[in-house]
Amino acid sequence: MKENSAAERLKNGILTENPTFVLMLGMCPTLAVTTSAVNGLGMGLTTMVVLALSNMFISMLRKVIPDKVRIPAFIVVIASFVTVVELLLKAFIPFLYSALGLYIPLIVVNCIILGRAESYASKNGVVSSLFDGIGMGLGFTAALTIIGAVRELIGAGELFGYHVLPESYVPCSIFVLAPGAFFVLAALTAIQNKVKIAGERKGKDMSKIQSGCGGDCLGCGEKNCADRRTGADQRKEENNG
Amino acid sequence: MVKELLIILISSSLVSNVVLSQFLGLCPFLGVSRKINTAAGMGTAVIFVITLASAVAGGIYKYILTPFDLTYLQTIVFILVIAALVQFVEMFLKKFMKSLYQALGVYLPLITTNCAVLGVALTNVQKNYGILEGIVNGFATAVGFTISIVILAGIREKMEYNDIPESFQGMPIVLITAGLMAIAFCGFSGLL
Repeated sequence: MKENSAAERLKNGILTENPTFVLMLGMCPTLAVTTSAVNGLGMGLTTMVVLALSNMFISMLRKVIPDKVRIPAFIVVIASFVTVVELLLKAFIPFLYSALGLYIPLIVVNCIILGRAESYASKNGVVSSLFDGIGMGLGFTAALTIIGAVRELIGAGELFGYHVLPESYVPCSIFVLAPGAFFVLAALTAIQNKVKIAGERKGKDMSKIQSGCGGDCLGCGEKNCADRRTGADQRKEENNG
Repeated sequence: MVKELLIILISSSLVSNVVLSQFLGLCPFLGVSRKINTAAGMGTAVIFVITLASAVAGGIYKYILTPFDLTYLQTIVFILVIAALVQFVEMFLKKFMKSLYQALGVYLPLITTNCAVLGVALTNVQKNYGILEGIVNGFATAVGFTISIVILAGIREKMEYNDIPESFQGMPIVLITAGLMAIAFCGFSGLL
């Protein structure tokens, strides 16, 4: 596949650099709205629309925006699209609007969007930026839907609102409540750690898998993030020191 | 009136805790909770900024956006106001309050995009709070944040030398701790 082609961008967003499972970005909405698969899907698609549009626009404006004020400029573009999407949802999909509530305007501070604007759209052409946005958005949507489905299945015995588990299954409702979100994410990061450690043992380059730092990451450089010191990392430091 | 404010105070700080039940401000919660004193410093800075931001955002909403029928611009206006406010506070403290700046300075830029700040401003509008109620809500939310981040930091300090399975070292164990704290905070839900 050619670099920066539409197909390569889509694959990159969904698999290679999946924002949730690999980069660990945008954790606030990931935890908050994934109480059911439908909510996860809705939030993912909403974010995808904003991401694709803002990526496209920022890419168009990349030669006009002065470097020093690029972050505020990006935020204004993103906030405008979030407002547009919010009004559209309110008008046409009211049940989703009320289910997601506060988390729709908070898409503005979702670091996936600003992150893509900064690291991709501000440096690349319009079409590949658009597809980068769609790919990342689809990756985010897939992740949210999967997490939502797991929580809904364990917490309520349902999937997309339909009963799938037998009547005898007693729903473990803590999984749809707030603590469940933390536990599901803990399991997820533990799996990610395991993959990373296993990969490093085999000598593969695992630097793409990032620590991630929860919600919003504008001012949250790597030094401020809780660096996930895996066992392998620590051993490396000990060897060096 | 006092009773209503007291209810807002308790519900925002404990019952619907900003981090543990609303998932706002997770980034600093997970990132700056290694030591109790840095966690407390972060908490203080958040209390300062959120209280100020909810006052300013509330004022702008009531006296500028509502009279001119521009309330649909709230998201854009709030995020810009918050970013500018944090910058301004940082410059002001640097110039006039050196000691406070030394205590809070490092944390201020981190707060700019803390989604809790925007979240509180938007919640105040959504719940039709007046300016005073908004300020109390902002203060209480930030106090709730401080309580939970200091508790988490305390637990993490204790956990430092524990024998944790390899895959769970680092973030996963912190998230499990946060989950257990969230269960504990669920207990407050019967309070009101």
